[in-house]
Amino acid sequence: MSDTPTAWSTIALASPEMYLVAAICAVLLIDVFAGGAKRPRLTSTVTLLALAVGAWVTLDHGNVSVRVLAFDGLYVADPLALVLKLSGLLFTAAALLYSRPYLERRGIAGGEYYVLALTALLGIYVLASANHLLSLYLGVELLALSLYAMVAFDRDSGVAAEAAMKYFVLGSIASGMLLYGISVVYGLSGTLAIDVLAQQLAGEPSLGLIAGTVFVIVAIGFKFGAVPFHMWVPDVYHGAPTAVTLFVSTAPKFAYFALAYRFLSQGLDAISPTWTQMIAVIAVLSLIVGNLFAIAQSNLKRMLAYSAIANVGFILLGFATGTVAGYRAALYYTIVYVLMTLGSFGVILLAGRRGHEADELDDYKGLHARDPMLALMMLALMFSTAGVPPFVGFWAKLAIFEALWQVGATWLIVIGALASVVGAFYYIRVVKLMYFDDAPAQPRGEAGFGLRLVLGLNALAALALGLMPAALMEICARALAG
Amino acid sequence: MQGFGILSVLVWLPILGGIVVLALGDRRVAAARWVALLAAVATVAIAIPLVTGFDRGTAEFQFVERLPWIPAFNSWYHLGVDGISLPLILLTAIMTVPVIIAGWTVIESRPTQYYAAFLIMAGLMIGVFAAIDGLLFYFFWEAMLIPMFLIIGVWGGPRRVYATIKFFLYTFLGSVLMLVALIYLYVQGGDYSLRALHELPLTLAEQRWIFLAFLAAFAVKVPMWPVHTWLPDAHVEAPTGGSVILAAIMLKMGGYGFLRFSLPITPDASRELDWLMIGLSLIAIVYISFVALVQTDMKKLIAYSSIAHMGFVTLGSFIAWDIAASTGTLDGVAMGLDGAMVQMISHGLVSGAMFLCVGVMYDRVHSRDISAYGGVINTMPKFAGFTVLFAFANAGVPGTSGFVGEFLVIIASFKANFWYAFLAATILVMGAAYTLWLVKRVIFGPVANDHVARMPDLNGRELVVLGSLAIGVLLLGLWPAPLLEIMNSSIHHLVAQMTTSKLPI
Repeated sequence: MSDTPTAWSTIALASPEMYLVAAICAVLLIDVFAGGAKRPRLTSTVTLLALAVGAWVTLDHGNVSVRVLAFDGLYVADPLALVLKLSGLLFTAAALLYSRPYLERRGIAGGEYYVLALTALLGIYVLASANHLLSLYLGVELLALSLYAMVAFDRDSGVAAEAAMKYFVLGSIASGMLLYGISVVYGLSGTLAIDVLAQQLAGEPSLGLIAGTVFVIVAIGFKFGAVPFHMWVPDVYHGAPTAVTLFVSTAPKFAYFALAYRFLSQGLDAISPTWTQMIAVIAVLSLIVGNLFAIAQSNLKRMLAYSAIANVGFILLGFATGTVAGYRAALYYTIVYVLMTLGSFGVILLAGRRGHEADELDDYKGLHARDPMLALMMLALMFSTAGVPPFVGFWAKLAIFEALWQVGATWLIVIGALASVVGAFYYIRVVKLMYFDDAPAQPRGEAGFGLRLVLGLNALAALALGLMPAALMEICARALAG
Repeated sequence: MQGFGILSVLVWLPILGGIVVLALGDRRVAAARWVALLAAVATVAIAIPLVTGFDRGTAEFQFVERLPWIPAFNSWYHLGVDGISLPLILLTAIMTVPVIIAGWTVIESRPTQYYAAFLIMAGLMIGVFAAIDGLLFYFFWEAMLIPMFLIIGVWGGPRRVYATIKFFLYTFLGSVLMLVALIYLYVQGGDYSLRALHELPLTLAEQRWIFLAFLAAFAVKVPMWPVHTWLPDAHVEAPTGGSVILAAIMLKMGGYGFLRFSLPITPDASRELDWLMIGLSLIAIVYISFVALVQTDMKKLIAYSSIAHMGFVTLGSFIAWDIAASTGTLDGVAMGLDGAMVQMISHGLVSGAMFLCVGVMYDRVHSRDISAYGGVINTMPKFAGFTVLFAFANAGVPGTSGFVGEFLVIIASFKANFWYAFLAATILVMGAAYTLWLVKRVIFGPVANDHVARMPDLNGRELVVLGSLAIGVLLLGLWPAPLLEIMNSSIHHLVAQMTTSKLPI
């Protein structure tokens, strides 16, 4: 067992988490005591400021060059944790920026929303730094409970309540699976610490361990929304208020990446041939089902939900290699995918107006004539998600294919390649609606300048990272050094 | 390592011009037009030093630029030209100018986006020909799909949406398979640079798969029978400028891909599968010529004629081993490749000009049906003169550029096998048949209807465009030596590459 001194210096490693807890309390108090009409605006501003400071704290304390353990091995600070935390924080902040006008216009901008977003972020932080199956589980639950509440956050919406209920029930089953898997692994290895577990497992896995791994994989599949555990994804994406969908579909993906990486790639590394096969199966199923079902959707949010399933398939393909190159590619894919999803849902937010959610595909007919800038941004994001250069989505797919070739997984590559062609169809269909179809008379969305700026930066990032992909790849390579 | 140079300017100047045009917006369309024209003409001007400074004595890449791009994949921003890519870069730069001029007043909806799309296309296409890093090549190759998708979809004819989605998915499918093969090559050799890929040793089984993957991408672009079906749809529905770019340059990318990737990277598989390529080429030449004969839509007719003419490019490229086998020397091999290259350049000029001619008529009558015309010569004598010239070039009449490429390929085929040459030569008959019959029905005869009677002759803009293309067609037909001279070293280098087996003996 590695040396884990419980000195102040190591406890200080967890400053970002402690800071977040303090920030949550502060935002909660400010929201309770601040009165008047300005309350929602004040709460959101304070939250965003808190996140800005949080970025600094995270960078200052989490920037370690080697793995450092703290809290008797419950907590690990490593370069991967830093990248996941900063990405989670960045995309949480972006999601809050996007959603502020949306919530205000609909009169549902309660302070709870911001507090819940922060607790979800705390869950992401805990997961990213988990070196112990219990802290892993703690992070999963913290995140999940925050997300359930956020989906149900618009109390007057029946659809949202239904979505939240489904999410809660299925998510609870997944949590149960995870816990059961953890207990089996613990029973067979006698440890819950991930690094100790990694050292103790060797050779052919026992039948019991395989069974335990199955439960873990089911849980990871549920969380990611991979086929056949994807049932909740379309309903939640569709039913939740768009601002919440934006959040649910972006930042938590980093937590699920952490869950899969910490548990499978680190803890169960010794039996990777066992679980890579299982991951490959659900990855392929996700690619096929996600892409085919997305074609049949007439609602953009549902289409993006199935697109999320298909893209998760690609992320899991990275895990299915069982190599560092594959994990890197998966991390890169996750960051890139989240960036594009953020923008896509951002467009839905911008195109809508009070009393009208622009979430049907038909709402985008002739968008180019109504709002050329918004259409151009969506065009960039759709081509990027389809994986067409010069946008960054292309490099994400390339990285996955490269990692797969290194292990000679020819069939997975062929399926991935064909799936991306099928996927291209429904992405360019959105472009077709925006650019080629005539516009029914319809008012523009009521997005302000600030939101447009955020969206512009978001789409520009997809282009800039596509032209100059080296920097982000380098970050992922450093996060997961061999 | 060399920094930015003339090739980068050629790639990025039109793209920047496109962005400026886009930013000017439809409210300042007059300014945007001139900016677009300026960018296109400047691109041609900047390409001139490329020709004058080109060293004809070497097959090495010249004007090389190499900057780090993606260290993680050992991929470089690596540009350079040799005798194969230089003529195609020139063709791209030159053909963009008439496209901009052709859309001058004709395009009424979203004109600035139209110019911007073509300028960006031009930059990306030059990038395709100039890239000597596999990944950079693919980057430009795919990025081009986006503006073309929009060009057909926004400014095209009635069935534009169907045509453009078909175009996109066809080419995307082919390209993705090529990408998979490229990554495989990288994983084997650890390098994306073209020269490294050329030298990478591969077993026959590997080569076979890679050849087929490349074939998927290039055959769709050329297009070869039977994956040609997107082309008539795309051509017919595309606006005039789109058709010109499609026919003149985008199809050349497939031919260029064969010369640049398939032949040197997988020489043994190319040799083994040359029967397939020759067969498909001959089917394209003979069968598609018959299909062209029965078309009633002018653009469709030219589209099918393009497929048949591109059959010569693939035939000239893959006939090499049969020539070597039947003559016992490599002397004739270069002739086939020369023919393929000349055919590409010539077809770029001729088909572009033909589509512009159809565009001139379409702008006046708004119909592409052959039956809507007749006796155009009575109302548009100048236009008729140009059309007849380009039709002769399309039919391969000596003195025009169309003759040189076809003649070289047919002679080369003779050295391989009499029957290849016999079948290939049918194009001389068939090409003349469908082109001249088209001319007879459209240009000659009595004035068919009131629409034709009211057609005004060419205006100054159209005269400049068609006139300059006519000069190009005649110049290349009467004096092809400069072009052949530029290509000479590179073609011989390619012959050496493709006839040297990569297999261990």
